[in-house]
Amino acid sequence: MLRYFFKKFFHVIPTLVGISILSFAVIRFIPGDPVLIMLGERGANPEVYAEMKSKLMLDRPMHEQYWYFLKNAVKGDFGQSIVSKRTVIEEFSDRFPATLELGIVALFFAVIIGIPMGIFAALKRNSFFDYALMTSSLIGYSMPIFWWGLVLILIFSVKLGWTPVSGRISINYDIEMWSGLMLIDTLKNEITSEYGFAPFWSAFKHLLLPSIAMGTIPLAVIARMTRSSMLEVLGEDYIRTAKAKGLPWRRIVGLHALRNAMVPIITVIGLLFGSIITGAILTETIFSWPGIGKWIVASITARDYPVIQGGILFIAGMIIFINMAVDMIYALINPRMR
Amino acid sequence: MKFMITAFFFLMSAAQAKTFVYCSEGSPSAFNPQITTDGTSHNAAGLTIYNRLVEFKLGTTEIVPALAESWKISKDKKTYTFKLRKGVKFHTTKYFSPTREFNADDVLFSINRQLLKDHPYHMVGGGSYEYFTGMEMDKIIKAVAKVDDYSVKITLTEADAPFLANMAMSFMSVLSKEYADMLAKENRKDEIDQYPIGTGPFVFQKYQKDTLIRYERNENYFEGAPKIEKLVFSITPDASVRYQKLKTGECHLIIEPSPNDIEAMKASETISVMEAPGFNVGYLAMNVTKKPFQNIWVRKAINHALNKDAYIQAIYQGHAVKAVNPMPPTIWGYNKKIKGYDYNPELAKKYLKKAGLAKGFETEMWTLPVTRPYNPNGKKMGEMMQADLAAVGIKVKLVTFDWPTYLSKSKVGDHSMIQMGWTGDNGDPDNFLNVLLGCSGVQSGSNYSRWCNKEFNRNIKIAKSNPDIKKRTAYYLNAQEIFNKEVPWVPIAHSIVFRAMNSNVSGYVMDPLGGDIFKTVDIK
Repeated sequence: MLRYFFKKFFHVIPTLVGISILSFAVIRFIPGDPVLIMLGERGANPEVYAEMKSKLMLDRPMHEQYWYFLKNAVKGDFGQSIVSKRTVIEEFSDRFPATLELGIVALFFAVIIGIPMGIFAALKRNSFFDYALMTSSLIGYSMPIFWWGLVLILIFSVKLGWTPVSGRISINYDIEMWSGLMLIDTLKNEITSEYGFAPFWSAFKHLLLPSIAMGTIPLAVIARMTRSSMLEVLGEDYIRTAKAKGLPWRRIVGLHALRNAMVPIITVIGLLFGSIITGAILTETIFSWPGIGKWIVASITARDYPVIQGGILFIAGMIIFINMAVDMIYALINPRMR
Repeated sequence: MKFMITAFFFLMSAAQAKTFVYCSEGSPSAFNPQITTDGTSHNAAGLTIYNRLVEFKLGTTEIVPALAESWKISKDKKTYTFKLRKGVKFHTTKYFSPTREFNADDVLFSINRQLLKDHPYHMVGGGSYEYFTGMEMDKIIKAVAKVDDYSVKITLTEADAPFLANMAMSFMSVLSKEYADMLAKENRKDEIDQYPIGTGPFVFQKYQKDTLIRYERNENYFEGAPKIEKLVFSITPDASVRYQKLKTGECHLIIEPSPNDIEAMKASETISVMEAPGFNVGYLAMNVTKKPFQNIWVRKAINHALNKDAYIQAIYQGHAVKAVNPMPPTIWGYNKKIKGYDYNPELAKKYLKKAGLAKGFETEMWTLPVTRPYNPNGKKMGEMMQADLAAVGIKVKLVTFDWPTYLSKSKVGDHSMIQMGWTGDNGDPDNFLNVLLGCSGVQSGSNYSRWCNKEFNRNIKIAKSNPDIKKRTAYYLNAQEIFNKEVPWVPIAHSIVFRAMNSNVSGYVMDPLGGDIFKTVDIK
């Protein structure tokens, strides 16, 4: 097991180096000069322009810039944002908890609805429910997040007035961030003693629409995956044996079928975490959610090189780490994998 | 009993705290207007937290005293002596309590940080002051000297009339030297740009990344404390989401409503819409260093070929004024006599014949890839222009890039025809005519037609060196005549700018320069 872990781990390093070269090079190959962008429609005085370029080290050859970046990155220094002049790590860690919170809630929503939906559809195969559920999951899968988010706002916030339009918590509560996760921070003693549970409730209501918008595609994937995986398992010989043994149907489905069907579902959920980040880019923009999706997009538009390099590397590292964890769980469950 | 009393007072104070929520479009890049160029930071710091020696009178571009009570200009127009206001207090916050009032040291610190390369604060935050150098203040200002605690003398390298207007811009805000010294002593210089201390109407409380900015009113503000007690900037990048938040009452006022929503907003009883002529110009620049645009008849022909009225209806939804001159009619020095070029395809064909291009020609047009107040839809406008030009025999290929590429390529003159625009910084004609059409703009890249006319340049240069507005006006009127004869652009439109707010908001005045100012705002 340990050997397997180290083997996996050594694969990660070249992958990360590859990603860092790619994100470094791609952003520099797209035309657009961060200094000129900062100036907008206005012009740049040639001397000042040259000076600014050299301050950002953009006048050096590309391999030199990369070497400089890599050397510092190994030491844990990913440079400073050109726009805000704060370090990339500070900027990232300010925003990451917001995306994490939204991602976890969205995935939770997708799992608790998607899995029962899939099981139900598999059990009632070819019934009206099966078709209805599978059609709606297909619609969910093809829904443009941007449009879907606005529809949710129009119905639940504007027409019904149940949820707020956007943001993370009502402006009436000034929450000092501690864990960065609003649902946890609003439960701290000094908050509950001052306001009671109202801030928690407010944070929860703010989370609802964005997590539905962001969780819809994963929900559809999970439901379809659960259905097909369940159908496959239900056709296995041991289910027939269990049936012949006279085990109660509920026990067969709940214990024997579902447990075996879960293996591929867990893999899919692990992989979906990567697509959650992609979903975050659009969801965060619509719901004014202060996470990393919105941050990366704004940085690409501003050609904020250090942020893009660092940000992409962090996100990639995270996805690699999650995939590795999924692989490890897999290996634990199934010794043939090692 | 004690609990009840506390609860009562708590409820009282909660009911009384007047909080005003402004839904802005983006996150400020820093809380110091010296190092930022974006409009968001201008609103979030320059107009709320800070003051300048002189400022624009609310709702106009007239320059009035602010931190300076008065000023004198020497005979050679090269020395400005500002007499400072007494009794102005810097903000007291959790992170700083001032022990002295505002004085000349603060002015020197604020200007010298940007001007002097060896100033201890110059390199803090990267050491680039884009606006300061962009407005050429580094070349104009020779030295800043303290005469006494309440007077400051600024010497210029040459007479420069727009200097005073530049002094009213956000980047000339006055920061506290006492605060800077404290940070320097504690080795925390970087914090000066993130935790601001100013003299302005609102005191900075807290910034939650990409979410909101909190302010409290400055009870000691020298013009009197604002009426609202708390001010919140709620950062909402999407225009349609801002509109929904206005409907549900989550915002009191929103920035830049989408033109498509204006009619519905006007019809609503709970929303009121304000409009003002924008301080901008949208135009089509023709690169005169490329064939066939070096030929004046080609440029005239294109000016006659384009149907601007149709663009104003279709692209601006009628919310714009047709442009004739390269600056908006609300600016002083605007030449009303010039009639411009009317839509006349027949005349356009005739002029093309004169240019020896009776059969027309093929060329490229770059269409604006972003939504800007001066041009809400570059692509659609490009398609309409393409059809108009095809009618006179000019075949146009439409090209576009993403905004960063568009800017980088056009500043070095890769384009033939290009859609561009400009929003004024300081209300001075020089800020349009010199920046966009002066010879120095060819090198720096802000002159997108790359047109350098000696006579035009001479006029704007003389006007720049003379603080007498009457005399300057005469030169600017001339310069516009020359522009109209030479037409390096097709001036298209000056758009109208909108703000939408809850109808219980009162006292809001639109700033012609596009900022949002809350010191006079109240909620009913």
